[in-house]
Amino acid sequence: MKHWIGTALRQYGIFLGLIGVVIVLSACEPRFLAVENLTNILRQTSVIGIMAVGMTFVILTAGIDLSVGSILALTGVVCASLEHRGWPVVAVVAATLALGALIGTLNGIVTTVGRVTPFVVTLGTMSIARGLSHIYTGGQPISRFGAAFRYLGTGEFLGVPVPILIFALTVLLAAAVLRHTVLGRYLYAIGGNEEAALLSGISVTVYKTLAYTICGLTAALGAVVLTSRLDAGESIAGIGYELDVIAAVVIGGTSLLGGRGGVWGTLIGALLIGTINNGMNLLMISSYYQLVVKGVIIVVAVLLDRLRGD
Amino acid sequence: MKRQVVFAALIGTAALLGAGLAGCQRAAQDDGRIVIGMTVPSLTHPFFVHLRDNVVDEAQQLDVEIIVVDAEDVAAKQMSIVEDFIARRVDGVVISPIGADALVPAIEALNKASIPVVTVDRKVSGGQVLVHVGADNVEGGRAAARFIVDQLAGKGRVIELEGTPGASPAIDRKAGFHAVIDATDIEVIASQTANFQRANGQSVMENLLQVHRDFQAVYAANDEMMLGAVEAMEANKVDAAQVVTVGYDAIPDALSYIRAGRLDASVEQYPGRQAREALRMLVAHLRTGAPPETDEVYIKPVVISAANLDEAEDKGVTRAQ
Repeated sequence: MKHWIGTALRQYGIFLGLIGVVIVLSACEPRFLAVENLTNILRQTSVIGIMAVGMTFVILTAGIDLSVGSILALTGVVCASLEHRGWPVVAVVAATLALGALIGTLNGIVTTVGRVTPFVVTLGTMSIARGLSHIYTGGQPISRFGAAFRYLGTGEFLGVPVPILIFALTVLLAAAVLRHTVLGRYLYAIGGNEEAALLSGISVTVYKTLAYTICGLTAALGAVVLTSRLDAGESIAGIGYELDVIAAVVIGGTSLLGGRGGVWGTLIGALLIGTINNGMNLLMISSYYQLVVKGVIIVVAVLLDRLRGD
Repeated sequence: MKRQVVFAALIGTAALLGAGLAGCQRAAQDDGRIVIGMTVPSLTHPFFVHLRDNVVDEAQQLDVEIIVVDAEDVAAKQMSIVEDFIARRVDGVVISPIGADALVPAIEALNKASIPVVTVDRKVSGGQVLVHVGADNVEGGRAAARFIVDQLAGKGRVIELEGTPGASPAIDRKAGFHAVIDATDIEVIASQTANFQRANGQSVMENLLQVHRDFQAVYAANDEMMLGAVEAMEANKVDAAQVVTVGYDAIPDALSYIRAGRLDASVEQYPGRQAREALRMLVAHLRTGAPPETDEVYIKPVVISAANLDEAEDKGVTRAQ
């Protein structure tokens, strides 16, 4: 019996946690389980969720990227200004994603080639990208976009809100890449044992850098969705997002030591954070307590992760 | 923790930049012209850019020289800026301190050097300050509440979006708002924080709309949260015309929402007027030697709506591309 519980916790710990939270919330507030509210949670989770997918790649290599919130701000204001210039939506999105990927690649190159710990590199980038967004906008928001661009954040396709679709596609694509491609297998190998990966002929520099490229790319994709959803690009957007994003990945069971985890766990982690935020609003928990609740859940989740590791 | 690390990283760069800038700026010449040093927390924030622009303009009108130095959100940097001011013997200092306690030594150093200092917007908790000119956030909260009470004729249900937990404007704006609202038949049905951020304002409002449809007013402790909430209401097909919406700060974006009929009002604290008043009092003291009549001046906040849009301060328009 004890063994069975242990196995269940190891395998599905965080998923069970999410279900537990859902049961408690629906008991306290009947409206919680309404389709509109569940759609609402998914839509709100999409930005953090998309970013967390990219972060999963980085953390799988035992790295970290603290700059995602700032990359979101910088790519978001550039995206907003390109839209204002009258660029077609496809071009706006492509340029925004390219910028995100470029910043991510720079993070990766300094980390791998420059041999600086990613914590320090991305801490620097976090400050630089934030500063550049302030400089670029003069601190003022860039707001009001055309209907075509707003479709990405507020539209629906076959009845499903577009941000949720983008989020779902990102997760599916990432899961496929991690499972079925050389890139995916090498990232796990590098995270598991970098030395061994290097000795077995894997170009650690290239593949590790690619993880940061992907992380920058998803931060930019999150920026596109957020900017469109808010109808504004702001240099102050995404402050503190790196914490939610990293929390989603870690809660989802991807080990900060690398080599273990995946995007499905990250999906559950992001949903757990989104559900808790939503639930605390519905139950009208006061703001001071919200911080405590969120912190406790993160610590409990990491304890669960630890349990799995043992 | 994260912040401290960032700060530590910033201090190094800031110190280098500061040294460079100080070298570039020409030393105050003692030709009898009054020289004022001013330092603000961060020129990346439009609020302080607006403050600076007003002070620079007022300085021209008063025919005094002004040196404005950005403290880049680092208290230690602001301290050394003040030390530079003392070293170059400015006649007076205008400061918007980064921390109420952290900048007390800077104020005491100015006191020791007999250089008069005025504080704008934010206060310090010690030392001798000639005068503090600021905004009364409690009164602003009351003004927002009075606007809602008027619009709803004293009855109805209101949703409140609070600022960052623990931040003093968040606490004061909430206190003033409740002081007025709680004395009426208007019920605050939900009070949640959205951390002064637009994206948070949007998602918190979306969440609240899942359980609350029967409300007649929304009050947010800043415009960013309010504009996010307006987006959420519009996307969820809440008839905005039926809801009284009041934000705070009268930022350019909010004024354009008011102009478009998507927002009802925003509380204006006149940061530019605050800054000008502070400089005027400092210069008057330097010229006459007489101390000001009072050591605290609070600019009265005004609720800006479509009826009095022209009373709002021009804080620079939203960047048009």
